[in-house]
Parts: sequence; structure tokens; C-alpha cells
Amino acid sequence: MTTKAFQKIYTKISQITKATCSLKAQGVGAEELAIVDGKLAQVVKIAGDDITLQVFEGTEGIPTNAEVVFLGKSPTLKVSEQLAGRFFNALGYPIDGGPEIEGVEVEIGGPSVNPVRRKQPSELIATGIAGIDLNNTLVSGQKIPFFADPDQPFNQVMANVALRAETDKIILGGMGMTNDDYLYFKNVFSNAGALDRIISFVNTTENPPVERLLIPDMALTAAEYFAVEHNQKVLVLLTDMTSYADALSIVSNRMDQIPSKDSMPGSLYSDLAKIYEKAVQFPSGGSITIIAVTTLSGGDITHAVPDNTGYITEGQLFLRRDSDIGKVIVDPFRSLSRLKQLVSGKKTRKDHPQVMNAAVRLYADAANAKTKLENGFDLTDYDERTLAFAKDYANQLLAIDVNLNTTEMLDVTWGLFGKYFNIEEVNIKKELVEEYWKK
Amino acid sequence: MTKGTVIGVIANMVTLTVDGPVAQNEICYISTGGDRLMAEVIKVVGQNVYVQVFESTRGLKVGAEAEFTGHMLEVTLGPGMLSKNYDGLQNDLDKMQGVFLKRGEYTYPLDKEKKWHFTPIVTAGEEVGASAWLGEVVENHQLLKIMVPFQLTGSYKVKTIATEGEYTIEDTIAVLIDKDGTEHSVNMIQRWPVKKAMVNYQEKPRPYKLLETGVRVIDSLNPIVEGGTGFIPGPFGTGKTVLQHAISKQAEADIVIIAACGERANEVVEIFTEFPELVDPHTGRKLMERTIIVANTSNMPVAAREASVYTAMTMAEFYRAMGLKVLLMADSTSRWAQALREMSNRMEELPGPDAFPMDISAIISNFYGRAGFVKLNNGKTGSITFIGTVSPAGGNLKEPVTENTKKVARCFYALEQERADRKRYPAVNPIDSYSKYLEYPEFAAYIEERINAEWIDKINFLKTSLLRGKELAEQINILGDDGVPVEYHEVFWKSELIDFVILQQDAFDEIDAVTPMERQEDIVNLVTDICKSDFEFTDFLDVMTYFKRIINVCKQMNYSLYKSKEYEECLVQLNELLAEKKVK
Repeated sequence: MTTKAFQKIYTKISQITKATCSLKAQGVGAEELAIVDGKLAQVVKIAGDDITLQVFEGTEGIPTNAEVVFLGKSPTLKVSEQLAGRFFNALGYPIDGGPEIEGVEVEIGGPSVNPVRRKQPSELIATGIAGIDLNNTLVSGQKIPFFADPDQPFNQVMANVALRAETDKIILGGMGMTNDDYLYFKNVFSNAGALDRIISFVNTTENPPVERLLIPDMALTAAEYFAVEHNQKVLVLLTDMTSYADALSIVSNRMDQIPSKDSMPGSLYSDLAKIYEKAVQFPSGGSITIIAVTTLSGGDITHAVPDNTGYITEGQLFLRRDSDIGKVIVDPFRSLSRLKQLVSGKKTRKDHPQVMNAAVRLYADAANAKTKLENGFDLTDYDERTLAFAKDYANQLLAIDVNLNTTEMLDVTWGLFGKYFNIEEVNIKKELVEEYWKK
Repeated sequence: MTKGTVIGVIANMVTLTVDGPVAQNEICYISTGGDRLMAEVIKVVGQNVYVQVFESTRGLKVGAEAEFTGHMLEVTLGPGMLSKNYDGLQNDLDKMQGVFLKRGEYTYPLDKEKKWHFTPIVTAGEEVGASAWLGEVVENHQLLKIMVPFQLTGSYKVKTIATEGEYTIEDTIAVLIDKDGTEHSVNMIQRWPVKKAMVNYQEKPRPYKLLETGVRVIDSLNPIVEGGTGFIPGPFGTGKTVLQHAISKQAEADIVIIAACGERANEVVEIFTEFPELVDPHTGRKLMERTIIVANTSNMPVAAREASVYTAMTMAEFYRAMGLKVLLMADSTSRWAQALREMSNRMEELPGPDAFPMDISAIISNFYGRAGFVKLNNGKTGSITFIGTVSPAGGNLKEPVTENTKKVARCFYALEQERADRKRYPAVNPIDSYSKYLEYPEFAAYIEERINAEWIDKINFLKTSLLRGKELAEQINILGDDGVPVEYHEVFWKSELIDFVILQQDAFDEIDAVTPMERQEDIVNLVTDICKSDFEFTDFLDVMTYFKRIINVCKQMNYSLYKSKEYEECLVQLNELLAEKKVK
């Protein structure tokens, strides 16, 4: 970024911390960008003449006499169709060696959609994974994270979902991603021949952590451009939002804010909501769907990040290794898609909601039987049957390597009901049983 | 009017110096880049005034000018509010241009052009006071009152009153004379500061009338009453919103106000997509006709989140003063408390528990205190029933918002993760939840009249059976199925029967979603009879299989239209089943 002739240059920094620096300056606006010693920074606090700047790259090596120039605008991204197929860093600069983007410069983190201008989401996103499509159906315009421990294959599942879903654009927002994961996504997308509909904004572990704070807004600004201007269906992948929250806590700590739960800033809920609420279905047909990753520490969902996320997003998908079948499954108990009832039984076969609930209930009975077994009690015949059912159900439906359409999934489930249970035990509406029960 | 100049900005907290007097909670407008941003005074220190801005402060500079208005945050009340979608500051969202919300755009909440058919109630010469009913208009089939301005004090004489006819909200419909002979023209518009409770009633007796919601676990087991207060705490994913929506769809109220406070925008979309189609089970008219939405979703400015619940409560008080039954739902009060926390943090106040402001308990109790059943000055009654949801961090109910709400709300509907995981919806924990109204003698007398004198005993019997069932289930888990007497299994399965047939209810099934009180009586009687009967069983497997069959029949009955052929068939089937094992 070059400085212009009329801009005032300040050279007296009064205070420097690891992420911020302060100086005296006039005529500065809230959230305005500045260049400090060649590094991009943003105004976070104004008290009279005292301006506090958050330096995205970190303040390493910044001298007290560094040149500071204010740019008179908040962070922006140039949007046009040229974005497609390109890779950018958190500041919106190309990192793939390609040319700069020509287009309209828009401020990132723009205003919210008027709720009355939204449309109720109603289009199913098919992923082929029964743990998702059958039990936790996704809908376009939804926002949903994977809750997973760092060792689980969430990036692989997410890449699969992205490629199988019928969307016009896939926007990857990588925060604190390892370089290996970044290359993994790049390879999967290019092997699938999908690169021309992918746009990536990436901050790897090699980049400064505070820069990550820009990634979701960059990705979503690009998404809004395609969804609003071109009425496209856009899928935004954000991984990993826990790294984003960590960066938030670093900044708030440097600004001497009183931390609330788990050292996170008190505004964590609003900060996360501003991002996730960009998911939307427009009446014109354009939509933004957000699939994110929130990594957990030891499966703890009461930590402030997954907890606040759960209250914001429309459900969550849990991955778990099932030792009975030796595969990773989508956990039917802890996973939830809040929008599923908008499509299940409406866009899918009418028995979908009841079949789904009955199967999960029987799977829960199997979990009880397993506890009994572990505690050394005798199992009843019913217990034995639920255990056998659970194994088949996990293998044929819950495992993440499944690829079926929803009608096939329902047929498989009815097959399992018929194999292990009688009609009373399944507890489904009579008219559905009469139509679908497999003798 | 007082003017101010910006001297500091941290996120949405702005510091101003002022040239004149300002009041706590006074509203001002800050001009920046052609936009006028609304803000509220939250602290005054000498010449420095701290305000919270209800909008994004991006680009705001030191030196920007502010203009004070001389009044607190107010809402505009009058005919034309029903079926509207407002934001937290009562801007009409439908009147706003464009897909995105524009900063500094404020829209008038009422319709100035529309003519209303006015019918006078008073005649010239009558003595009236503030909030007295002057006349009536009909909006969406709902009879609304036009009242003497709430701010007026003392007694007035009606000089003239408009004759029956068509008037806009700005037309004068009455002229009042005070005791000094000064004339006051009155139109249909009222204004009221949202943070001030309206106390335009004679007294606030204890509420006692059942407010039917069609949700069995509420109406039968933990009833809420007209003018009562309740709250629904629960971890995410336990069905808070589904339960709230069910109540707002089915409750027997004249007006339903839904404050979507810091929650998901798609949930608001669901309301205004579905409510215009859905039918009010009590009147047969469209639900949207009686509904007002106050939406400050989580991505809308944080400061307006706090305002939104007050805006909704003030609207509710307005309708209560007309003698109407109002149901106010706020989802979620925790988001409101968090908004207070964010601001307290920016003001560098010493934090209380979990970094919430110290006065959080007073704020919550004052707010809940504004609900209630009242006797108006003209002897008529009106009510605001308030149900709030709480989103406890980490699902832990030992946190400040839940604890402080528990002190003031009379009904407690605890949503439980374990029940939700097992898909036992609504996931209201039957043991922990309560309704204090069951203990009110006024309520007992009312229920005796409406249902019968045994009702409350029956409900208590069911609650005890559930508790007993839970205790024995633990015993069975410890000692094993064979390690306990068969009777233990019988008691446990009787509690499962209550759970499956009464507590669990399918909010997405057309018939099961709403159970009218008459039908609830039948199912409660039926289940109580079974639970009080003795059966003969050979072993625990026998108990389990038998009760599963009973549950299956009862569930089919819940899914059938009341008193239909299928329903009666289920009853016959059930009696045959009971005859098999029941000890005569």
C-alpha cells in the first residue's frame, strides 16, 4: 500500500505492547486503518488525541519513531468475478503469484441483512453422509460448525461436503491452519477440478495470529458479493473458529479488558454472532451457507468458544470414533441441525422425521444396554437386539465414509428395523409402518 | 437543547463533552459522515458524558457533534402496531429500504395515512384521568382502546369527543380541560419512555387464571397463569426456541409480543413466514394478526439489544391498559445481560460474578416485576404474562442470570441436555421444573371451578410417581434388572408411561402439537387410573413388554384427532390391553 502526498506522517509512538501501539493524532476515525512501520494496523480506541492501534502482524521491531500513516478507511476488499479461483492472505492480497484483483472496493464487515428481507431457508444440501443427511439434514442459508477434537478428520469431511454439495462458489477461510492442511485443501479442490469455483483466504500458523481476525469478514464479504450481485449459492468454510477466538482474546487482553469465562472477552458472543449471522437465504435465490470448525479441547463443549457458538449456530455436527466398528461416525446424540425440519419429510420422503427419531431412540437404548453390559449385568433379549442394531446402524449409516441418497438411507433404516425389532418396539405412526415396514 | 462534542470512541461507547444539562438515559444523536446515530447516556462524570451508540461507530471522529433530545428512549404507541416487525428501537423493518440495514435509518412505527373507525366510549362532560378509555377502534378484529395520555396527572373534564367515524392517528379525537381551564387535544398516539414502568392501574392482585398453552407439560404439570412469570433455561440444542414458539402459537392470549433479543435471525424469519399462515387455535384467525415481533437479532447492534426487551415490555403495558391479555416472550434474556456486561466492561466498572455488572439482579427483578395481572382504574382487568428464556453458559444453571431469574420468576421450566439427547421433547425436566401457582389457593379455587377439586391432587400424584420412577430407575441401574423386586420395574414403567404419554409431545405433528385443556384432562385421568391400578406380572420382562404396548397405543391416541374413530379405537384397544393384566 502506498502513501499519498497529502497524508500526515506521525513519528512519535508513545506506547507499544505485543499487539498494539499508541500515539497522539488528530482527525482519526473509529476502525480506521493505518500503516505503522510498513505494517497494517487498525484503530481500536480513541481518547481525545490518544489513538490506540492494533497491529495485525504484531509489533515486533516497531521503533518509537516509526512512521505512522492513517489511511482514512476501514479494511476493504476489491470484489469482482476475478476473485474466483484465487488464493489470498488475511489482508486480501493474492498469495498465488497471480495479478491484483480489479473490482469495486468494499468495506469488509459491512451491515447486517434486514431480517424481513431474508427468506426462510428451504433447500436441502445433500452430502451423501447419512449421519448428516438422515439425522441432521443441512439446508442452504444455514450456519453449522463441526465440533471436533483437533485429531479428528474434520477437514476431510468438510472438503467432502463442499465438493458434493451443489453450490456455485466455495469460499475457504483458513485461520491458524497448518500449512499441510492448507495444501490438503488446495490439492483436493484441484484434483476434483473445482478450483475455478473456489476462493481462499488463508492465514496459516506461520502468519501472525492477530491477522486472523480479518479472515471471516474477508471471506464473507466475497460471499456477499456473489450471493447478492450474482444470486449465487455460496458455501463458506471457516476453519478453525477456535483459533479466531484465541486471537480475539489476545487482543482484548492487550487492551486491558476484563476477561469473562475462559479468558475470552465479554463480547465473544456478539463477535461470533456477527460472523455466523452472515449466513442467509435471499429471496432472489442467492444464499450464503456457513460450515465452520470449532476445535474442542478433550471434547469439552462447556468451554466459552463452543458454548457461545452453539447458541449462535443452527446446530452442530459432532464427530466421534466408534470403537465398535473402528470408524469415525457423526454422533447422533450430540449432533443437531436446527433447520432439518424445514426439509425433512418435505423435500425428502414423508417417513423421514419419524424414522430418524425412532432410529436414534433405539440407538440410545443400545447405549443403555452397553452400560449394563459394562457394569456386569445380564442383558435381555431386547438389549442384545439393540446392540446388534447399533452396530449395523453405525456401520451402514453413521460412518463418515457412507455415500447414499436420502431415500436409500431411509430404506436401509427400515431394513434394520425389520431385521431386529417388532412394530411396537419401533413406536412409529401406524400409517407409515403400514407403508414401509419390511417383513 | 444541549449540544455535545465527541472526545473518545471505544467500539460503541462514545465519550462527549457537553455544553448544558443532560439526564441519565437521555437520547442524543451523533452526526458522522451524513448519518445521525442514536445514542443513550449511560454515565455522566463532570462535563464528560458516556453514551452507548445503538449503531456501528465506524469512522466516527473526535470533534463530531451531538444533539441531545431532552427525553429518554421512547416508544410510539397507537393503533397499527399489530402484525408489525420492529427492531429493538421500534423502527418498522418493513419500511426500510434495501437488503441491508442502513446505519442511521429510522422509520416511523405507525401509519399516519390509515383511517381507523373510531367509536366513542365517553361523552362530553365526563371526568377522566390518565389512561381512561375514551373510545375504541378495531385492528385485526381486535378491539383496541384509545386512552387519555398516560403522562397526564390529575382529573380532566371531556370538553369534546369525536363522533363515530373514520380518523387518522393524528386527528384530534377529544379535547380535555384540566382544573385550571387549560385545554389538551388528544389524538390516538401515545409516547412512553421504555425504561419506566407504567403504573396506570388500581392494584396488582395475585394472578390465578390458567393461561392455556396446549403444551401438556406446562398446562397440566406446571401451569402458568394470566399475568404470571416463567422462564426457560437450557443449554443450546435442548429446544428452548421450539418450546417458546409453541407457546406463542398456541397460548390463549389476545396479543402476543415476541422479543427476539440477540438470537438467530432465521428464527425471526420462521415466525414471520409461518405466523401469517398458521391459525390461532382459540379464535380461528391468522396468528400474525395478534402478533408483534421486536427483533434485535444477534448481528444487530448490541446496545439496541438491551432496548429491545424494554420496547417489547412497554408495548405489552400499553395493551394491558386496554384490558387485554398479553403474552410477552423474550428470547433470550441472557443476551440482554451480556449486552449489559459488554458495556459495563467498556466503562471499566468493577465486575460482579462472571464479569456481569453488579446490579444485574436488580435489573432482572425490576423487569420481571413489570409483568402481572392488574385491576385497571375502571375496574376491568388486564394482564402481561412474561416468559423469558435463559441461555446459561456451558449449560450450568449456577450462573448469575439463571440464579437471579429464579428468584423472581414463578414458573421454572428447566430444559435438560440428557432428555434432549434421548429425543424426549419437550426436554423439560419433570423433577426440577415447577410452577409456584400450583400452591396458590386462588389458583386451586379457580381450577376447582374450571376442572374439578381433585385435579391438583392428581397432578401432585403424577409428579410424585415421576420422582419415584426416577429413584427406582437408579436402583435398577445399580442392582441390575434381576436384583430388584418386580414391583420396582412396575413403578419405573408407570413413570415411563407418564413421560411418554403426557410429558413428551411432538411439536411438529399437527395434532399432537396442541392439546386443548379438555383433552389434557382425559389423558391425565387415563394415565392416573393406569398408574393407580394393580397389575399381575411374572417377571420384569413381562412388565417392560406390557408397558411398551400400553405406551404405543396411548401414543397412537395422541396422534389421532380428538374423539375421532381412530381415537375411540385406541381407547377400546387400551381397555382390552388393561383387562389382560389388571387385578380386578
